[in-house]
Amino acid sequence: MMMKRKTVLKLIRIVAMWLVALVWILPFIGVFMTAIRPMDEILDGWWNFKEFNPTLENFAKAWAHPTASLAQGTRNSLVVAIPATVIPLLVATMAGYGFSRYDFPSKKLTFILVILTLALPQQMIAVPVFQILNAFGLVDRYLGLILIHSAWGIPWITFFMRNFFSTIPRNIEEAARIDGASDFLVFFRIVFPLALPGIASAAALQFTWVWSDFFLALITIYSPNKLLATQRIPLMRGVYHVDWGLLAAGAIMVMVVPLLVYVVLQKQYVKGMVGWSLK
Amino acid sequence: MIQARNRGGLEKPPSYHCGGGLLNRRARLSHYLFFMLPAVALLAFFVIYPSVRTIYLSFFDESGRPTLNNYVEVLSSRDTFNPSGFEKGFPLGTLLHNLIWIGIHLPVSVLLGLLLAILLRNMPSSSFVKSVIFLGMVMPMIVGGVMIRFMFDKNVGVVNLFLQPFGIDSRTWTAYPDSALFSLIFGSIWLWTGFSMVLYSAGLETIPKEYYEAAQIDGAGRLRQFVAITVPLLKPITTVVVTMTLLWELKVFDIVYVATMGGPGGASNVLALQMYTYAFREFNFNRSAVVAVIITVSTLVASVPMIKSSLAQE
Repeated sequence: MMMKRKTVLKLIRIVAMWLVALVWILPFIGVFMTAIRPMDEILDGWWNFKEFNPTLENFAKAWAHPTASLAQGTRNSLVVAIPATVIPLLVATMAGYGFSRYDFPSKKLTFILVILTLALPQQMIAVPVFQILNAFGLVDRYLGLILIHSAWGIPWITFFMRNFFSTIPRNIEEAARIDGASDFLVFFRIVFPLALPGIASAAALQFTWVWSDFFLALITIYSPNKLLATQRIPLMRGVYHVDWGLLAAGAIMVMVVPLLVYVVLQKQYVKGMVGWSLK
Repeated sequence: MIQARNRGGLEKPPSYHCGGGLLNRRARLSHYLFFMLPAVALLAFFVIYPSVRTIYLSFFDESGRPTLNNYVEVLSSRDTFNPSGFEKGFPLGTLLHNLIWIGIHLPVSVLLGLLLAILLRNMPSSSFVKSVIFLGMVMPMIVGGVMIRFMFDKNVGVVNLFLQPFGIDSRTWTAYPDSALFSLIFGSIWLWTGFSMVLYSAGLETIPKEYYEAAQIDGAGRLRQFVAITVPLLKPITTVVVTMTLLWELKVFDIVYVATMGGPGGASNVLALQMYTYAFREFNFNRSAVVAVIITVSTLVASVPMIKSSLAQE
C-alpha cells in the first residue's frame, strides 16, 4: 500500500511539472511559430495548422529591415557590449580583490556605497549623465554609453568578485610574496588566473545585461544607423498595424545572443545570479 | 556560492597590514590607488555625482532658485495620483500602479517560485523545466514586453485561446484601460518567477537531509516539516528574493515601454516611464528629478534588510 501511494504521488508531481513546463513554454512556441509562418496563416492564431508552410522570410526581413535593420543593430550592440564587459570586469576585479585582501581607512564607507548603488534605479542618473555626455560631446557616441555601462556594472561586479576572492585560499599568494613578488605582480600573475571562474560568471551576466539594456541606450543613442539591437524592436512594431511575423522574428534574433551565453555558460550564469545576490 | 560561504565563514584571516608604520602607510596608499581608484573614479563620475545632481535638481526651479514646488507639482499631478480613477476606472496614477504591481506580483512570484522549487526538486529532467522557466530572466526585457503584448493579443494571443472556453470574448487585453495594467502584471509573473525559483532551488540544496529525517522520527508531518525547517532555513534567501523582486517592480520600464507605452491614456503608466516622459519628451528636468528621487527613496527603503544582512556579515 505504502509503495502504491508513493508512486501515485510521484506521478502527480510529474504531471504537474510538465503542465507547468507547457504553460511556460507556450508563449515561446507561439513566437517561434509566428516567426516561421507567413502572415495569413497565423491570423486565426498560430495554433491552427490547417496550412503549414514554414519560411525564413520574416527573419530575412527583420535582418535587412529598411528602417530598423537588425544586421546593423547586432553589430552596434556588440561594439558596445564587448568593451562594456571587459572594462568593468578588469576594474571591478581589482576593486573586489582590494576589498577582500586589504584594509583601507575608508573600506567600510566604500563598501556601503557599493551596496547602495546596487539599489539605484537608472532613472536617478539619467538626466545628469546625459548632461555630462553632452558637455564632453559624447552624446550619440558609443564611447559615452560604454563608460556609463562600465560604471554601472562596477558595484555588483566588485561585490561579486569580493565574495569570490574570499573563497580562494591565501596560501599561494603568501608563498609568492615570501619569494619576493610584489603585490601587483601577485595580483596579475597568480590571483587573476585563479579568479577566472568567477570572472567568467561575472562576464556572462554583465555581457547579457549590457546587451539587454534598453533605457541607457534610449537616452544616449539617437541616430537611426547607430541604434542598438534592443532599440530597434519597438521600431519594428508599426503604429497602426502590428506585423507579428516580423516582430516575432526580430524578438527571437535579439534574444538569441543572451540565450547562447546562457546555454554555453549555464553553470556560471546561474552561479553568478545566485552568488551575487546571496551574500 | 552558498556552500562556499558556509565553509569559509567561520575564520576571518587577518589583513596584510596590521601595523601602522610609515612604510606600511605608504604601501597602503599605493594599494588603494592601484586597486580602488579606477573603480571609484568611474563610479564617482557616472553614478554618484549624477545621483547627487538629481537630488539637487529636484529642489530647484528652472531659473536655479531653491523651491519645493517640483514636489508639490508632481505629487498633486494626476499622472502620479488620480483619485477620480476610483470611480471612473484606470488610470489611478503611477504611484498606485506601481503599488498594485507590487501587491500582486510580489506574493505570487515569490510563492510560486518556492512552490516550483519544491515541486521540481530531485525530479527527472527537472533541469530542463527549470531552464524553460528561467528563460524569462535570460532574454532582454524589451523582448519580454513584446512577448507579453503578443500573448494578450486578440488574434494571435494564446491567452484568448484559454479564455474562450469560459465564454470570455477575445480582445487585445493590453489595449483596454481596465485590463492593460493587469495584463502587464500577469505577464511579468511569467517573466520573473524563474528568479525566485532558481534561488530557492539553490537554497533547498543547502538544507541537510538529516533535519528532515530527525523531524520524521519525532513524528512531524510534511506540513510541519515545511513550516518548522524549510521556511526558517530559507529566510536569508527570502530576504534576497523579496528585495530583488521589489527593486524590479519599482524600476520596471522596458516591458511597459514596448507593450503599452503606459497607455491607453496612462492606464498602465509606471513611475520609471513617467520619469522618462518628463525628462526626455517634455524636457522638464526638475519634475523628472522628483520622480527619480521618489523611485530611489522607495528602492533604498526596500533594500534596507539586504544592506543590514550584508553589513552584519562584514
